[in-house]
Amino acid sequence: MAFGTIRNVRKVFSAGELISRSREPVVALDDASFDFEQGQLVALLGPSGCGKTTLLRIVAGLISKTSGSVNIGGREVTEPLGDYGFVFQSPSLMPWRSVVDNVLFPMEILKNNNKAARARANELLGLVGLSNFAHARPHQLSGGMQQRVALCRALIHQPKLLLMDEPFGALDELTRLEMNDLLLRIRRETGASVLFVTHSISEAIYLSDKVIVFSRRPARVAREIQIDLPYPRSQRTRFTAAFTEAERIASEALGVLPPGSEAETETGAAS
Amino acid sequence: MINPMVARLITRIGYPLFGLVVILGAWVLACWLGNLPTVVLPTPDKVFHAFIARFDLLMSEGWVTVKETLYGFLLAIVIGIPLAVAIANSRPLNLMFYPLLIALQSVPKVALAPIILVWLGTGMESKLAIVWLVAFFPIIVDTVAGLRSTPRELLELADSLRASPMQVFLKVQFPAALPFVITGAKVAITLAVIGAVIGEFVGASEGLGFLLLSATSQLDTPLAFAALFALSFLGIAAYLLVELAEKLAEPWLPPSSQRH
Repeated sequence: MAFGTIRNVRKVFSAGELISRSREPVVALDDASFDFEQGQLVALLGPSGCGKTTLLRIVAGLISKTSGSVNIGGREVTEPLGDYGFVFQSPSLMPWRSVVDNVLFPMEILKNNNKAARARANELLGLVGLSNFAHARPHQLSGGMQQRVALCRALIHQPKLLLMDEPFGALDELTRLEMNDLLLRIRRETGASVLFVTHSISEAIYLSDKVIVFSRRPARVAREIQIDLPYPRSQRTRFTAAFTEAERIASEALGVLPPGSEAETETGAAS
Repeated sequence: MINPMVARLITRIGYPLFGLVVILGAWVLACWLGNLPTVVLPTPDKVFHAFIARFDLLMSEGWVTVKETLYGFLLAIVIGIPLAVAIANSRPLNLMFYPLLIALQSVPKVALAPIILVWLGTGMESKLAIVWLVAFFPIIVDTVAGLRSTPRELLELADSLRASPMQVFLKVQFPAALPFVITGAKVAITLAVIGAVIGEFVGASEGLGFLLLSATSQLDTPLAFAALFALSFLGIAAYLLVELAEKLAEPWLPPSSQRH
């Protein structure tokens, strides 16, 4: 059996639960199924508000599912298992803590805040290039730096699975590209499995072993795309034929590109 | 050329001082031009004289008012914060009492002073009750607001790590609410001084409010003004005390530019 199995997961928010004035239940997630192996990076790609974030929270055990099953590492997820890392869209650091104390927060909760944890925190900060900012406060850092701290915080307890909810969505394009490379490097060094929610087609393809494309709400898995680009990838990877081809398949699956032959597409672009 | 340090000193101290001189000048001028008798408006020097001459009296009465203010304020904190935590964390309690608290906040609580005096007498107890009442609301309302404004992501993060309710409170909710608690305390301490004076007005045998009343009834207006100044100093000192607490809590607070 695969490391992670998501089977027919469905989530219906009851009336008023999600949007306080809605009178009807909202089907956020209709039917989601996919598998992933240990150490794989899987991107969940879909239009915004399509329920992929809901799926991520269900996998984390933060919210309940209406039906279906989620199994991670042989355990059925019904509540938080306590050994995931979670990165949110906003850095969500604690303004009252220094950078290093933010990173150590999970270790405090897990009552494991010892010397080794401190050493690891500093090591992680070094890995993301923030050694000199260990004792700074979050507000002294740029958005990209804050998100790097959040990444360290998610990794401090050596989770087997990293859940990332559009973590680079709020960053500018250049910072985003840098963060993509950083994430790939970190994944290589930690060997963690990653579920990565994004609505950027190229980000999804650049990062992952596999892209799960979701349809509009209520979300279903529209297509599963294997990305066979070899790791380690670099920004050059984006300009290969295989990358473009993957982008085309993903765009079609998302419905932003009408299916058709390549020749037609080219004439369309030229005119 | 003026040394920048001196220049800053002039702006920071010189200007406010000049403002004070203007006000005092207007006061003196009003006394002279209007030919006002001392009973109506004593000149600043007479007030100053009364302040010095009756300093011991002002101190002893002031001490009573200080005790009423601070004890009532502390009582409001000790009772207000745990109640706020209960209301913020329990949906039924929240639904039951939060709207009520907001509504009661706009009720002029000093109007209850005569009733409280009937219940508790003219001693310290009634003053504590009145001070507590006026200081309690800003503290509880701001603390609840602070606790409820804890970013959802931080709660989810704690949740995903299976944090206990106590850990969530101590490490996430309370630090997140602390700036709000301090804002509430600043409002509360100002109201607490007013509450103490109102309590003394309504019925007391000691305190600066009582001194103020008895001085005016004896047409000793300079002493009444001196008591007024003593009250102002007391109010400022009490506020500074809360600011000092804020300074001490600095390591746990967000930068002041991001505070509420």
